Amino acid sequence: MKMVVAAGTPGSGKTSVLMHAVRDLIRAGHHPALVKIDCMWTEDDARFKRLDVPVAVGLSRDMCPDHYAIYNFQEMMDWAAAQKADILLNETAGLCLRCAPYPDKALAICVIDVTTGPNSPLKVGPLLTTADAAVMTKGDLVSQAEREVFRERIIEANPGCRIIEANGLTGKGSAELAELIRTWPDVEGEMVLRHNPPLAICTLCTGELRVSKEHHRGVLRHLDGFMEYVGE
Amino acid sequence: MSQNASYSIRPLTLTIQGGVDKDGHPDGVPSMEIARGEIIGIVGPTGSGKSTLIADIEQFAWGDTPSGRKILINGLPPAPELRSDPRKKLVAQLSQNMHFLADMSVGEFLRMHAKSRGKDPALAERVISLANTLTGEPVNPSFQLTILSGGQSRALMAADIAVISDSPIVLIDEIENAGIKKQEALRLLAGEGKIVVVVTHDPMLALMASRRIVMKNGGMVKVISTNEDEQKIFKDIEKVDGWLASLRETIRQGEAVS
Repeated sequence: MKMVVAAGTPGSGKTSVLMHAVRDLIRAGHHPALVKIDCMWTEDDARFKRLDVPVAVGLSRDMCPDHYAIYNFQEMMDWAAAQKADILLNETAGLCLRCAPYPDKALAICVIDVTTGPNSPLKVGPLLTTADAAVMTKGDLVSQAEREVFRERIIEANPGCRIIEANGLTGKGSAELAELIRTWPDVEGEMVLRHNPPLAICTLCTGELRVSKEHHRGVLRHLDGFMEYVGE
Repeated sequence: MSQNASYSIRPLTLTIQGGVDKDGHPDGVPSMEIARGEIIGIVGPTGSGKSTLIADIEQFAWGDTPSGRKILINGLPPAPELRSDPRKKLVAQLSQNMHFLADMSVGEFLRMHAKSRGKDPALAERVISLANTLTGEPVNPSFQLTILSGGQSRALMAADIAVISDSPIVLIDEIENAGIKKQEALRLLAGEGKIVVVVTHDPMLALMASRRIVMKNGGMVKVISTNEDEQKIFKDIEKVDGWLASLRETIRQGEAVS
């Protein structure tokens, strides 16, 4: 089984890019299955179902969607195997940019919207810096020079990554992405994350609603960067 | 791998092999070969497929775009890296999308673009001084890109293509009238020995092209070669355009037209 984890900010075009790639994979004789992870609500599964492939949805609700995906990778693979799929495509919710829910052996794809400006590759952090491929979308909305500057910024953030210029509307770039997926090695054995998730055990996690430090315990970081431990 | 190897690939010919129109009917022009130094026009009403044809050339379509067209360089299919790596890119494009979204200064942006093309960042200064010959509203390197007017953006991008991109094939999707000396921009971009493909409805730009492709319903229906009669008309248009430009400048300077 091959495994693909596609991440990227909301609205960057993950679903559109994956849909085109799924069509190319089916044409090449593969059997992809899709898992869409979201927080509250999604209708992406309805879009994927139009392609006549197995689709599952995971809603993380009050949990961090990346953490939720990470706990459930094995379950996703078992489900995909039961669907007789040979490729599992996982689309993440794409939120806080601090996590990168990429297991080491999966193909990690960061979908990134060119119209967010050339500083965004420096802002998205491990989502981009630990990805195998960066898929640039919406390039038709800016000049060629701006696309090339954006590309340069991606290379600065992640020198080794493969860059694919894609268009979710016309399907440009999907053949290249599908080829990358087809030639990626199968996943087997134990997998580990490429990047550590952020510190998350705090009083907010357990339901404290009051703001400011006097109501919180654990490791607290001040605006100036000073960290302290408050508690037992 | 030598970074300069790409610059030795100066194409002599660009060939467009016909595909299909929006209804799947074959292009009326089965194949068209364009030589170095030629300016080619693309004309046709809105929605006739002009921008699609430009996009086919830009990405070196290989039967993998909706039109099914194929683009050949020197009669051969182009290598995959020519499609993606900006340092090897043979095509520079001046598109309709001239609004900058990048939150950077003009100078910083141009230096970064030069770097992405493997060129000397100091070229940024030359781009700005060249841009200022094309527009009446001076551009300063410290300006933020997002505040530039339409005319300033177009002038800057035309100069960027001439100096930084310096690719042997230049695609232009409508140089609009506002704030830029369009025929000077076209002459600048045509440079020496480049292939220029320009989408336009402007009579002067269209007649600067030696041949023009007529588009209809997504297909290439025919090719018109310009002739002596058209070139006589071109001389007249050039005079009228010069006169209009001087009137425009007079009005801009706040003077009365006489």
